[in-house]
Amino acid sequence: MKRAVVTVAVMAALAACSSSGGGAKGSGKLSGSITVDAAASLTEAFTALKASFEKAYPGTTVTLNFGASSELATQIQQGKAADVFASASTKNMTQLGASAGAPVDFAKNRAEIAVPPANPGKIAAVADLAKPGLKVALCDPAVPCGVVARQVLANAKVSVTPAASLADVKSTLAAVESGEVDAGVVYVTDVRAAGNKVKGIEIPDAVNASTTYPIGTLKDAKNPSLARAWVDYVRSAVGQKVLQADGFALP
Amino acid sequence: MTAGRRRGTGPGTPLLVVPPAVIGVLLLAVPTAAILIRTPWSRLGAIYQHRGVWTALRVSLESSLDATALSVLLGVPLAWTLARLRLPGLGMVRALVTVPLVLPPVIGGVALFAAIGRNGIAGRPIHAVLGSDLPFTFPAIVLAQTFVAMPFLVITVEGAFRIADRGVEEAAATLGASRSRIFVRVTLPLVAPAILLGTILCWARALGEFGATLLVGGNAPGTTRTLPTLVLTVFNDNPADAPALGLPLIAVALVVLGTLRDSWLRPLASS
Repeated sequence: MKRAVVTVAVMAALAACSSSGGGAKGSGKLSGSITVDAAASLTEAFTALKASFEKAYPGTTVTLNFGASSELATQIQQGKAADVFASASTKNMTQLGASAGAPVDFAKNRAEIAVPPANPGKIAAVADLAKPGLKVALCDPAVPCGVVARQVLANAKVSVTPAASLADVKSTLAAVESGEVDAGVVYVTDVRAAGNKVKGIEIPDAVNASTTYPIGTLKDAKNPSLARAWVDYVRSAVGQKVLQADGFALP
Repeated sequence: MTAGRRRGTGPGTPLLVVPPAVIGVLLLAVPTAAILIRTPWSRLGAIYQHRGVWTALRVSLESSLDATALSVLLGVPLAWTLARLRLPGLGMVRALVTVPLVLPPVIGGVALFAAIGRNGIAGRPIHAVLGSDLPFTFPAIVLAQTFVAMPFLVITVEGAFRIADRGVEEAAATLGASRSRIFVRVTLPLVAPAILLGTILCWARALGEFGATLLVGGNAPGTTRTLPTLVLTVFNDNPADAPALGLPLIAVALVVLGTLRDSWLRPLASS
């Protein structure tokens, strides 16, 4: 049903374009498409926002590209075409320097331990991650979730040698989901998104760590007005509601 | 040598082939040269120290040599079986054995999880025997590299077994040598050059293996982080440091090519 509405809207937009001899430029009406590069932990929230954004602005298309923030920042620096970058840490946004125009913080995330539903490692607290013989997956220290995880371990004075050091938070979550590791340190939002495929072990505020998510349009954006609209949408009441429903906190 | 080149020239160079050939050379040579140009030579020692290159190189060498040894141990008898036995279904076996040659290695990683993972079809028996699970351990990356690299050895050696002179084996048999003795003392020496070539190809493939190793190994520093998987980590963090990590692998490639030049490239070039 929703799809049908969108299809009709797209067809109407296409018809308008062809009859006017191309281009709705100058009318102030948003059109065209943008590519949004976003941290892997934003997968669920941004996928939901894309659907409502495209509905709110008929005729527009948002292409989402998720990955480790560090990897995406590197790709953008190497010339990958994108209109918006949403990073899971300030560090990776700062890395872009002047090529990201005036980034603003839009969300915050905290760490949580994810274990397979049966909890084979019998984990109840951060200290349990140091149990001998336990397989623990962490994100690589180069990516934001790896930084947060190591901060938590340092706060709790726990030393963990990870069995796997993975490229982004969704890979770490997948290692837990597959049952190949006994535990992984991911974000609160990932545990929530995984539903009953993993079990969450909450980390007390005293030892937990958080990361701030900045979003910004890119200097080389092909569609700056639509890029700006996406950033505004994410920061709007609608956007913040979706993010909070997924477990994100306000910045 | 020079005579061979003159003979090959024939009726002159067709101009048509020159531009594509030049572009082809550039396409292959420029990126390799760029690695050397972009390597921050002055910071090389610091990068190798700071990024754990020596540890990753050690893991790479140990795992690839283990995988190569395993491949020789299993692959040479397998090659003989494929070349010499006449059994129904052997063609099917050959196809199965060569599948990893054309399969993207990352799918090999997925396949290994399905086979030997904690929840894989052989996961429980493996846990019963070893008392632990294989994924995200050093043996797992040896298995991953063996899965990807052994077929190179098998097909190289199989061809040699096929064309080896059987007259010598028959002579040994008439002199009363046992079958196993003939295999070890006569057949193996006959195909020794092919075994050497297959071993080098297999090792080079194992050393460069990335996809399956990354997936089943988990890229953990000190145990499963090989040089190729370290390159991914470093590139994602600071791309400027990454070219420096290509040097040891380029050096290995040059050594391998140097070794192969006599045993392989020359016969091919002169045929």
